[in-house]
Amino acid sequence: MSTTDIILQQLANGLIMGSFYAMVALGYTMVYGIIKLLNFAHGDLYMVGGFVGFLILSAISSLLGESWTAIVCSMVLSMLAVGMLGVIIQRVAYRPMLTAPRLSILITALAVSMILSNGVMTITDGEYMAFNTDLGFDGLDFGNVFISYTQLALVISASVLMVILYLFVNKTLYGKAMRAIAIDQDACKLMGINVNKIIALTFFIGSSLAAAAGVMAGVYYGSLHFSMGFVIGLKAFTAAVIGGIGSIPGAMLGGLLLGLLEAFGTQIPFIGSEWKDVFSFGLLILLLILKPTGILGKTEIERM
Amino acid sequence: MTNSNIILELQNVETYYGKIHALRNISCTVNKGEIVTLLGANGAGKSTTLRTISALNRATAGKITFMGEDITSKQPHEIVNMGLIHVPEGRRIFKGMTIEENLELGSFTLRDDVERKRRMDHVFEIFPVLHERRSRDSAMLSGGEQQMLAMGRAMMTKPELLLLDEPSMGLAPFLVKEIMRIIVRLNKEGVTILLVEQNARVALQLASHGYVLETGKIVIKGDAETLRQDESIVKAYLGE
Ligand SMILES: Nc1ncnc2c1ncn2[C@@H]1O[C@H](COP(=O)(O)OP(=O)(O)OP(=O)(O)O)[C@@H](O)[C@H]1O
Ligand SMILES: [Mg+2]
Repeated sequence: MSTTDIILQQLANGLIMGSFYAMVALGYTMVYGIIKLLNFAHGDLYMVGGFVGFLILSAISSLLGESWTAIVCSMVLSMLAVGMLGVIIQRVAYRPMLTAPRLSILITALAVSMILSNGVMTITDGEYMAFNTDLGFDGLDFGNVFISYTQLALVISASVLMVILYLFVNKTLYGKAMRAIAIDQDACKLMGINVNKIIALTFFIGSSLAAAAGVMAGVYYGSLHFSMGFVIGLKAFTAAVIGGIGSIPGAMLGGLLLGLLEAFGTQIPFIGSEWKDVFSFGLLILLLILKPTGILGKTEIERM
Repeated sequence: MTNSNIILELQNVETYYGKIHALRNISCTVNKGEIVTLLGANGAGKSTTLRTISALNRATAGKITFMGEDITSKQPHEIVNMGLIHVPEGRRIFKGMTIEENLELGSFTLRDDVERKRRMDHVFEIFPVLHERRSRDSAMLSGGEQQMLAMGRAMMTKPELLLLDEPSMGLAPFLVKEIMRIIVRLNKEGVTILLVEQNARVALQLASHGYVLETGKIVIKGDAETLRQDESIVKAYLGE
């Protein structure tokens, strides 16, 4: 393989991983922006999303097979279901904690995370579940570089979802209200905005994006496991911090950047793919020391 | 003593911040079409009174009536939808968002885009400087312009009653005049105004009557003329 081939292949790998990270990081950053909560359960919603998508796909596969149509249907339904789950979690577990000291809500988030992952562990007996699709293995063959149509479709779907989110947040009144709540909640109340409703909407959107990523991961890896939310949660957090936590474009940028850095990091001599996680978390530590506000983040002083 | 002209009435309102008793037995009325002022030294409870009316703070006792309806236990956004808008201390504009976006958020509950445009044009007519900078980040505005944006944003809801908390704070004298001129204009357009001010002389020029607060209690009330002429009041309570 020539150097160009390696670069192209890693670019493709990096973009795929990066889209997953970005989609999960978005929910992380939106929730942080709006109620200053590091939602540790967010990675688990990605995992639950994968399983819900799998269940729906199994249910409808007799009708639609395991084609793209079926997968898109399962993804959309999983997004709705997990979006609702996110809203319920917010309502039941987080909202009563909003006035309590900050540490209480953080611990609540940890508890929610454990309930979700252990719940799914019990249901699945801790086994891997094969996520079967009949998408085939065709793709674009550039000699030494191969990109499957599945990979291509995943990156495109992720991009479409992110463009929709971007338009929603910047062009619609509800999206603007979401940004405004992150700036000043009381002022929003004085504009007649029902703050609780917008917070619920934020959880819905964030959770459904995580679910979409979970279903995509199932398609990409071909299997699901109850523990898959843990590492991606940490990675998404890293991505959100890289981009500047609280910033929506920052989460997209941070996710893609982290995916690419990991992909290329594995090519550095003596750093194989087994060092991938060390690489990204090392990056997180470095960033927290050098520029804790991230690339697109605002300084805390401005926020107050 | 029911008066259909009363737009806002507070009856024996009490408010606490934890254990701090911030408002004690506050009773006051505002009639439709009036400018009423609430005066007092720092920490007297002026902002708390406004925050209690708009439900950012909860009254623990007493009753607040707006346009004949009991609003004591309503949510802030419900009160806004009834036409009572609070422009808070410190302006609280959405920095990081453009002037246009700030104004749009002011009309959040409105679903009619044509009407939204009409209201925005009206705000731009009152505050031409906002029109010039409409696509700029509101954080770039000067203090006076931020105050104008905060008032413009409140006007987007087409309020019946406007609560203004120290709109002249930190502004140069010519800007204070400008803001006061606009308050009078809004009032002439039919908006009732409850004005909190430290600058008592200015406020008493506009208002028909006023209340003086001291450590959470109303200690003086009367028409503006009387308050203005009573030098001892001005000296004792209005910090001059
Ligand atoms: N968030 C708060 N927590 C605790 N106490 C508060 C809080 N806000 C105000 N207070 C107290 O309540 C009292 C009334 O405050 P308030 O802000 O209403 O005064 P004010 O008349 O608006 O003063 P200023 O002219 O300085 O704006 C003060 O004693 C103040 O210390
Ligand atoms: Mg005040």
